[in-house]
Amino acid sequence: MPLNPDPAIFRAVVSTIVPEASALDGQGWRDLHQVVEALLRDRPESLKRQLRIFLRAIQWLPVVRYGRPFTRLRPAARARVLAHLQDDRIQKVRVGFWGLRTIVLAGYYGRPQAAQAIGYAASPQGWEAVR
Amino acid sequence: MKRVAYDIAIVGSGAGGGTVAQELSPLCRQGLRIAVLEKGPRLRDEEFTGRELEMAGALYEDGGGFLTADGAMTIAFGCAYGGSTVVYTGTSMLPPKRVIDRWNVPGLTHADLDRRARKFMAENNAHLVDDGLINENNKLFVEGCRKLNYDVRQFPVNIKGCRGSSLCNLGCPNQAKQGADRVQLPRAERNGVEVVTRCQVLTVGEKTLAVRVAAKPAGAKGDPSLWEPGDYQIDAKIIVLCAGAVNTPALLLRSGMARSLPRLGYGFTSHPAFIIVGEHSRPITNFVGHPKSYYLDRAERDYFVLETCMYFPFITAKSMAGFGEPHSAFMGAFPRLQMILVLACDEADAHNRVAIDKAGRPVVHYRFQAQAVAGLMRGAFTAAEILFAAGAVRVHMPVARSTTIEAADAARLPEIAAAAEFRPGKTPVSAAHPQGGCGMGSGPAGSVTDSYGRVHGLPWLFVADASLFPNSLEINPYVTIMALADRVAQRIREEVPALL
Repeated sequence: MPLNPDPAIFRAVVSTIVPEASALDGQGWRDLHQVVEALLRDRPESLKRQLRIFLRAIQWLPVVRYGRPFTRLRPAARARVLAHLQDDRIQKVRVGFWGLRTIVLAGYYGRPQAAQAIGYAASPQGWEAVR
Repeated sequence: MKRVAYDIAIVGSGAGGGTVAQELSPLCRQGLRIAVLEKGPRLRDEEFTGRELEMAGALYEDGGGFLTADGAMTIAFGCAYGGSTVVYTGTSMLPPKRVIDRWNVPGLTHADLDRRARKFMAENNAHLVDDGLINENNKLFVEGCRKLNYDVRQFPVNIKGCRGSSLCNLGCPNQAKQGADRVQLPRAERNGVEVVTRCQVLTVGEKTLAVRVAAKPAGAKGDPSLWEPGDYQIDAKIIVLCAGAVNTPALLLRSGMARSLPRLGYGFTSHPAFIIVGEHSRPITNFVGHPKSYYLDRAERDYFVLETCMYFPFITAKSMAGFGEPHSAFMGAFPRLQMILVLACDEADAHNRVAIDKAGRPVVHYRFQAQAVAGLMRGAFTAAEILFAAGAVRVHMPVARSTTIEAADAARLPEIAAAAEFRPGKTPVSAAHPQGGCGMGSGPAGSVTDSYGRVHGLPWLFVADASLFPNSLEINPYVTIMALADRVAQRIREEVPALL
């Protein structure tokens, strides 16, 4: 898994970005990880390394403000931590969060089950499928 | 290294390469050998499934995730037999006179481009879609525009036998779009042009190309290349580069041509864009029907164009700002969503350009200009007005301090707009119209090619793709690319006796 050894941190981030992810069962998480893994497979090693560093930063930065790591924060505090990164005055930090957010959204919404859950049902049959 | 000889080699098979191949293909009957070299795969009809990540990975460069150097914008462009014509929506627009006149390329007139563009409009079956195919996502856009007295217009689209899958941007699963993969390339092949897929051109030398043919990866879509995997040298008396506005400049830069062509890579524009999403109180038809049927052109005055659009779950999620509950609430309302794409008109400037990294890969340096940001902001709030006028109960506004605006606050849009903020890296911006980098002009000090796409100082080397645009086109570009490629092909036909 490209984001090893940080699966717990990754899951906490995923559940903050997409709250519905906290209801995923074991298979759901495996599917999500599989999508992320496929997405990152052909990406440069440097990008994967940056992602891992970013995840570790997310885990430990809250210690300064909240006295505990990201994975031990309540959901509202987790959301505040990510919101700070999203709005950071340094563009590289914002871009880093945006990249992580993109991967999370791909992992969650790239699964057919998620598409079904939100009512997305596009079909190659087009109008014939709905009439 | 294997060596192969052709009279004409065409690099890339999109709107430019497909057109050049078709227009030169009658020369095959005179015994000329012509090849099209395409980096991407050629998919079989049954492989177009409409599944989002699967198709994006098969048809787009970097799976659709090609990023600018600073990571603040995604640039989506095709990488397959047919290039970006496989993944566009088929919107077929004539080149605007105002823009072509402003380009001011010596020897290039709007009348000439317009005549050629109309030929391809007809050839590709561009027409206004019947009302029965138009969904509520589009009809509500028209309704909102009309309530506000906006001059909404219908796009001609190049479809034939459309079933309304809405999956255009993932490659039509019904082969309805009349892209280069359906019209120009098959005709060229029938006339004797060879198309070699999975074939990446590494460098251009004096009438030669160094290319690498890749094996089909295990489990990947598409046919294997006609050629064995490996490195080849291709000798060609005429070379036409049609690899697109990112890859053509990068190829020439990799080939060491920056010294003789100081403008190479410069003048890159892209129509940066984002989506504004409205939620209705009832389900609407949105993920069925042709997705992009109407537009509002405010390019001349306000630097933006609004187009209807409908994306897929991941791209929609990625294209909305923020995260958590507000974001999820919109995603959870998918069958009730109406979407509008805001495209900004950017300008060629001294900064935005294509370069290459140490490994020779393309790097796009792109900074958002004040004009483009102004276009995005005005376009965003105009889109919000239209959505509310069409009955949306809330709107997702990526540049607002609070990204959800309720209908009750619609009257406060000017106030919300005044406090809105565009932040690179936070505001989700993408572009699907890369242009420039090998701009046309009169000499190497200010351009890369002449008005017929011939690279300055190299009579055997031509460019025929969107990289020729000396500035932004301000409208969907494929028909203009075909018109320019037609000019390039005409010049080559005229000069074949001298060049071969």
